[in-house]
Amino acid sequence: MFDFSIATKWLHELLLSWMPGWAVTTVECLLIGVALLAVYALLALFYIFYERKLCAWFQCRLGPNRVGPWGLLQVFADMFKILIKELIPIKGTDKFLFGLAPYLVIIASMLVFACLPWGNGLQLVDFNVGLFFMTAASSIGVLGILLAGWASNSKYTLIGAMRSGAQMISYELSIGLAMLTMVVMTGTMSVSGIVNAQADGWLIFKGHLPACIAFVIYLIAATAETNRGPFDLPEAEHELTAGYHTEYSGIHFGFFYLAEYLNLFIVSGIASLLFLGGWMPLHIPGWDGFNAVMDYIPSVVWFLGKAFFVSFIIIWFKWSFPRLRIDQMLTLEWKYLMPIGLFNLVLMTLVVMTGFHF
Amino acid sequence: MTSIQETISRLCPTATYEEGEILLVTVPDAQWHAVALALRDKLHFDTLAALFGVDRKETMGCMYYLNNSETNEMVSVRVDCPDRDDALLHSVADVWHVANFQEREAYDFYGIRFINHPDMRRMFLRNDWVGYPLRKDYDANPELNPIRLTDEEHEDDTFSIVEAADGTLHRIDGKVFAPDDYVVNIGPQHPSTHGVMRYRTAIDGETIKKVDVVSGYIHRGIEKLCEGMTYPQTLFFTDRMDYMSAHQNRHALCMCIEKALGIEVPRRAQVIRVMMDELMRISSHLLSYGCTTMDMGATTAFFYGFREREEILKIFEKTCGARMSLHYNVIGGVAKDLHPDFVEDVKRFCAAMPKHLKEYHKLYTGNVIAVGRMKGIGVLTKEDAISYAVTGPSGRASGVHCDCRKAHPYSIYNELDFNEVVDDNASGDSFMRYYLRLKEIEESVKILEQLVDNIPEGDICAKVPKIIKLPAGHWYQQVEASRGTFGVYIESDGGKNPLRMHFQSPCFNLVGVMDTCCRNYLIADLITIGATLDFVIPDIDR
Amino acid sequence: MKYEDFKDNETLEQMVAELNASGTNVVVGKLDDLINWGRANSLWPFCFGTSCCAIEFMCLGAARYDMARFGFEVARNSPRQADYIMVQGTIVHRMAPVLRRLYEQLAEPKYVIACGACAVSGGPFKNSYCVLPGVDKILPVDVYLPGCPPRPEAMFYALMQLQRKIKVEKFFGGANRKEKRREFFEQHPEMAGAI
Repeated sequence: MFDFSIATKWLHELLLSWMPGWAVTTVECLLIGVALLAVYALLALFYIFYERKLCAWFQCRLGPNRVGPWGLLQVFADMFKILIKELIPIKGTDKFLFGLAPYLVIIASMLVFACLPWGNGLQLVDFNVGLFFMTAASSIGVLGILLAGWASNSKYTLIGAMRSGAQMISYELSIGLAMLTMVVMTGTMSVSGIVNAQADGWLIFKGHLPACIAFVIYLIAATAETNRGPFDLPEAEHELTAGYHTEYSGIHFGFFYLAEYLNLFIVSGIASLLFLGGWMPLHIPGWDGFNAVMDYIPSVVWFLGKAFFVSFIIIWFKWSFPRLRIDQMLTLEWKYLMPIGLFNLVLMTLVVMTGFHF
Repeated sequence: MTSIQETISRLCPTATYEEGEILLVTVPDAQWHAVALALRDKLHFDTLAALFGVDRKETMGCMYYLNNSETNEMVSVRVDCPDRDDALLHSVADVWHVANFQEREAYDFYGIRFINHPDMRRMFLRNDWVGYPLRKDYDANPELNPIRLTDEEHEDDTFSIVEAADGTLHRIDGKVFAPDDYVVNIGPQHPSTHGVMRYRTAIDGETIKKVDVVSGYIHRGIEKLCEGMTYPQTLFFTDRMDYMSAHQNRHALCMCIEKALGIEVPRRAQVIRVMMDELMRISSHLLSYGCTTMDMGATTAFFYGFREREEILKIFEKTCGARMSLHYNVIGGVAKDLHPDFVEDVKRFCAAMPKHLKEYHKLYTGNVIAVGRMKGIGVLTKEDAISYAVTGPSGRASGVHCDCRKAHPYSIYNELDFNEVVDDNASGDSFMRYYLRLKEIEESVKILEQLVDNIPEGDICAKVPKIIKLPAGHWYQQVEASRGTFGVYIESDGGKNPLRMHFQSPCFNLVGVMDTCCRNYLIADLITIGATLDFVIPDIDR
Repeated sequence: MKYEDFKDNETLEQMVAELNASGTNVVVGKLDDLINWGRANSLWPFCFGTSCCAIEFMCLGAARYDMARFGFEVARNSPRQADYIMVQGTIVHRMAPVLRRLYEQLAEPKYVIACGACAVSGGPFKNSYCVLPGVDKILPVDVYLPGCPPRPEAMFYALMQLQRKIKVEKFFGGANRKEKRREFFEQHPEMAGAI
């Protein structure tokens, strides 16, 4: 399997032969930053298109097909428009916080985005508490949403923000527990460590029952964490018009919009990292020919494929289920998901202690 | 009938009686409240089917149509204001809850103030409107009421006129909401108010404390316009009130005019009318299904509902030439003959519908979130449903046997075999309202199946005079529209134009229960309740 | 649809002639084209339905017509995020200030389609005491769409006409929307006063 670290090392040495060490670091940071932004934007656009086509498919429609071949350019048209749309200054808002909120949301999602393992050797940041950092960074997002709701000085946004706060803080627990369960299994919090631990089989197979339970809990909690249906209470189009971002226009709204889709990718990426082997190809012990063929598929494709698959499930949820009510949402978390998650953690610990896993 | 007259005569010896299809009792205002109580308690006239003002130039007053919810007997009452210029009547809002909104409407149109009414605000027009438009002496000068682009002030102010024990009247000013209420404004432009309804909602956290319905954002003055038009012209508006029961509404008005003229409608036209009515009902319930699911966040189900609705629209389009404003019924019959494909199309549709219904149930009815959001939410008790005169599927979900096709059979409905879909446990919650609509589709399909092979040959329209003049008198006709009992009242002075034409819309009563239904539920439930009550705003505002 | 198949090409040609009277810079012109391409192909509607036309608009979104094909399906419920307001249905006196406020809340560039006979002229209710004889009494309208209610196909046609109109506009200099709006309120000073 191609190791991307060869390419990065080559680039590093090439730069080092031209300029001093500090300059190399600066250039590399810049390159990475630009690459990250570009990939971020492209992926978000792809996701918007992906969801629009998928939901059209669920609803016996065609979806965008007029702008560009198969409607591929539709999202670019949307982006051009949103970039030059007027930013309305609103009376009675807290100008600074109002402007800050969308940036907080997008920065939070970008921080997590940077930690994802894209492929063999293709990872921006990798340190020993990578997973912990991801949960911490993603929590900044809720701050942005709360600020957006509060600073808009509108009743709808305030209710949306309150709901969002209650929801994201609750479901953070379940996400954390599900992650912790898998950390118990692998014994490391480092992202590359977790991926490498799955070289001989993905965790969802190795960890059998507790891993499957953790996967389901993670999927539900992750949907809630991204504020997507059926957990889209903070936006709740039909109750609060547009929830916390009701008052945002132009590119500020565009940030919320992009971040929503990117968060979808991020939670799917983390799911594939924790349960589906990250960029690891599908290996079945004993089937050497099959394993060799699987190794020919590039690791980036594996990672993206898995992430898109998990996103497909989440999008499927969104378009078929009705929205939860606030009390149902809290009941689900505090009375079902969290106790089950705690129990599952104990179960996983027992499984690991007894060595009753593959 | 004698017992009604005896009971009323005992309380009010001056009352006069006029026999007719529906007994008309004329009661002076002073005894009206006592008579109303007696009618409700002693004679069991527990539903106020219609209440509206009438201006007869010399006198002005209100007409009341009462219905006995057990025997479906009807009686009408006429009460005139003693003084036209300082119009005052006694309120019956404490006798029948539905009168609360209806009397506000009469106040808005005629300036009749109701004594002891708790909340005397205008219903449809801006609160700074000058004059009362349906009065015959209304000054229509546009300079008095220009297009105002300012917000309405004092929208929280209300007043009531209270009669003291010694008979003197006092005006008491008040406010709708308490000063420390946290009022959230939902509407008039809001995705799930199904149009331009506005709720001012006092909330505590997410719990609703009070809902104040502000209507009139699509009040187009249809009743006033009708007074200036000939009878065939008035038919035009029925398709635009409740556009989801265009056929039924028009059917009602046509029947009312035919009744006045004594026209016998040919059998073929009767059958076609009933078939169109039922197709319209199915299309309306499909739309209601779609909107309910979409309001609750399940967008995909909406598309499934609309997919089948398009099939019905295709059938309409072939015969009537339009998709929504169909203009198919005319006085004496129907406008055009059926399209040759009609029978085949309807058969195909009837065959496919049960399969689709199963799909709907699978997609939504069984969903655990949907059930949790609808079961036990927005309960409307049977007593409230009767007192608020809630009809249609919403009333039947509360256990009221109010299907006009059974209670007051019209056209050929008494020859047909179908069931009135009523929930006899009177659960009255959102789930039942939603579920009964889907059940009702099955019954409508049953009716269609009975008729589709038995459309008789013959004329599609009776002979009707070129210029239609109704004899002096008044007529009332009800039909079962998609959302409940739709009534038409025509009063004629013998001319080409009606003296008064009133449309008693079912949705107006439905929106009246919003406050009762929503209290102590959450904001999300308000949307569910609104969606399952399923009102059409232009029908409320007219 | 072919250019010749559209009606009322004269208005558009006249608009182009006026705009090009002063000539344009090549770079700016190309940028304009790009921006207009984006704007024209990403028209997000603001759901504003008061009566029957709104139901036909729902049909437009449903499977048989599917406005998503053109990218029109991202209906926003907050006016700040939408591009055009399609006034579907009668506007009465009580609604007028609300509609006007919603229009002001739309972010530039914003467009108005008067959909249906009622919005165009008051339609069958023109003579009523409280109906606005056309929304162009309070808003500048870009496309008039007659019909009662217009069929979904007609709505597509109106939206395509709007797209054509947007494509000849100018973002850098020239007559952009803001000026058009100012002109409108200069011509109707009585409407500009409020809000």
